[in-house]
Amino acid sequence: MTAPAQDFHTRVEKALRDPQLKIALERTTGNARRKRAAAVAAWPDFEAARAAACAIKDHAIEHMATYLEMFENNARASGAQVHWARDAGEASRIVIDLCKASGAKVVTRSKSMLGEEIGLPHALAEAGLRRVETDLAEHIIQLAGETPSHIIWPAAHRTREDVAKLFDQYHHEKPEGHDVVSMVASARKELRADFFTAEVGISGANFLVAETGAICTITNEGNAELTTTPPRVHIVTAGIEKIVASTEHALQLTRLLVRSATGADLTQYTTFHCGPKRAGDRDGPEEFHIVLVDHGRTRMLAEMPEMLRCLRCGACLNHCVVYRAIGGHAYGGAYPGPMGSVLTPVFDGLEQSRDLPAACTLNGQCKQVCPVDIPLPTLLRHWRARSFRAGHEPKAVSLAITIWAFFAARPRLYRMAQAAALPALRLFAKGGWISSLPLGSGWTATRDFPKPPRQSFLAAIRKGATR
Amino acid sequence: MPETGNALEKPRVGLFVTCLVDSIRPNVGFAALALLEAAGCTVEIPLAQTCCGQPAYNSGADDATKPLARAVIETFEPYDYLVAPSGSCAGMIKAHYPELFADDPLWRERAEKLAAKTHELLSFLADLRGFRPRNVLCKATAAYHDSCSGLRELGVKAQPRALLDAVEGLELRPLEGEETCCGFGGTFSVKYSDISAEIVGEKARNVEAAGADLLLGGDLGCLINMAGKLRRDGARTRVFHAAEVLAGMADRAIGEEA
Ligand code: SF4
Repeated sequence: MTAPAQDFHTRVEKALRDPQLKIALERTTGNARRKRAAAVAAWPDFEAARAAACAIKDHAIEHMATYLEMFENNARASGAQVHWARDAGEASRIVIDLCKASGAKVVTRSKSMLGEEIGLPHALAEAGLRRVETDLAEHIIQLAGETPSHIIWPAAHRTREDVAKLFDQYHHEKPEGHDVVSMVASARKELRADFFTAEVGISGANFLVAETGAICTITNEGNAELTTTPPRVHIVTAGIEKIVASTEHALQLTRLLVRSATGADLTQYTTFHCGPKRAGDRDGPEEFHIVLVDHGRTRMLAEMPEMLRCLRCGACLNHCVVYRAIGGHAYGGAYPGPMGSVLTPVFDGLEQSRDLPAACTLNGQCKQVCPVDIPLPTLLRHWRARSFRAGHEPKAVSLAITIWAFFAARPRLYRMAQAAALPALRLFAKGGWISSLPLGSGWTATRDFPKPPRQSFLAAIRKGATR
Repeated sequence: MPETGNALEKPRVGLFVTCLVDSIRPNVGFAALALLEAAGCTVEIPLAQTCCGQPAYNSGADDATKPLARAVIETFEPYDYLVAPSGSCAGMIKAHYPELFADDPLWRERAEKLAAKTHELLSFLADLRGFRPRNVLCKATAAYHDSCSGLRELGVKAQPRALLDAVEGLELRPLEGEETCCGFGGTFSVKYSDISAEIVGEKARNVEAAGADLLLGGDLGCLINMAGKLRRDGARTRVFHAAEVLAGMADRAIGEEA
């Protein structure tokens, strides 16, 4: 659903050249990091809550088939219609067919990363349906013709100043000022009419509750309620890993999800949607459809079940030095950051996206902040090993590693090569530093490298040196 | 068991010096040797050692890593402890060797046994030897960077600070983002040098803002990365491995010639 990943380096270059991007990312992620840290510090026993959350997800994952069946039965009993989609194409087709069957021309959508994953915006456009993004940040990137660059703040790459320009250009009624309140008011006016003309509203789900057949959405702007309630048809698209056993489990996870994402105790809206409008209800959709999407998830069940715990909180993005340097678009997949680098190879194929798991320092901060303790570095390394074995790595890199490992496994040869290399490298140095390193020009483009010693430590030791 | 008792009193430590220290900064190896001896250990330096294999392992080349890991296991098995002046290399041996041999019961067992007695230098000195430097003088202010593997895989955080606290004249200054990765990441710094440069750029700005005379840390890879960036940016911060300061061997900082 994404641009091909071969040109990762090109996208990275572009991102690194953009000073505005760095400012925008730092505002959003810096804020998120500070607020999360405060929320975690104020939590009496965060580690215990995290362990409990892991257990809740692991239980649901282990019994996924049972709970999905329970969910389906309970959802049907509530009057919902449940559809199963094996992959992205099938999921999009089901949604489009439902839209067409309802005679829709205008479709409102509240933010859903699964929708991005299955390429729904594109599919709706192809089907000739007018898509109205109702989440403020999604509205911004729709105006800009972009894709989300963060899973919680889709417009994290844009500064407030950028957004003011977009609104001035595209809104029918220009914002009265460029302060946040005026801009929000302008977006609200722009979207208002569409909320009530749309025949179909599409949302995602944060949880699928097996014991009730309800779906749960967690949002801040109220746009989800306006997307799911007034239209005649409400379509939910959700990955099957969203399943949890009970409402209580969903609420326990919510506490971690929201604090990890924004640092708040709760979002403004935590809504359970169960079935269509019943006789006597004042509002609600007449048809309520739930599309359950696999798209690689059953494969993950066998290969990396821990990743199915992911709550899509975005904490790993906010704390990732690579994400903060290059932003979400450089990743080229629907999901950026550490979690995206684990997921994109599942969805788009490893050969296409091998750079993502490779472009990581494995510093482990993502795992440290993950509310469900996903071993992201281990999973990224898993992809690296798969990629190396499959021969996807650039020839020069795998050759260099192989040659180096050959020498390192033969200490005598290694010593000889080292004894020759050190004096040779010293020839490049001036005043203790090398400013242009042969075979390491990437390093010395921005950094110096210290002049190596005449002889190695072990060579000195062998000669009886003591310092 | 008198033997164990003796070992604990004066343990035999195999010093795994790490390939970077060996090739780039021998002074860290000599400092580690001096500190371990001062902490009452009998130190041996097996000459057959090369590299723990981490560059291959993190490149996904598991098959190329295994011979290197087996060699380290064989070489260091006889000692009471394997000690390395690097959280990254110690973490590789402690956390990842057992993973590497997950499907090989024989080697996995040997890897686990070695993992159990493998330690990062500074935490070994502080936690297992109760060591504190004595009569070491270093009149300077210093910022400390917590390298990621040591911090998150091995829990190295308080120990270097406790040790440095005992150095006379040394004053530790807070460093904004001290637990944030410096962008080194081993081969990452070469494969994705532009991203790495961006990350170390932020680190260098924070180090300069800390306004300390010295930047210290426990991992040479990260230190070279930060020192190289600081030097390119024209900063005057001098960079040392913490062991060099603790051993009173901090004469010439990284990149300073005699
Ligand atoms: S991997 Fe963890 S931290 Fe990242 S989005 Fe998922 S739950 Fe949040």
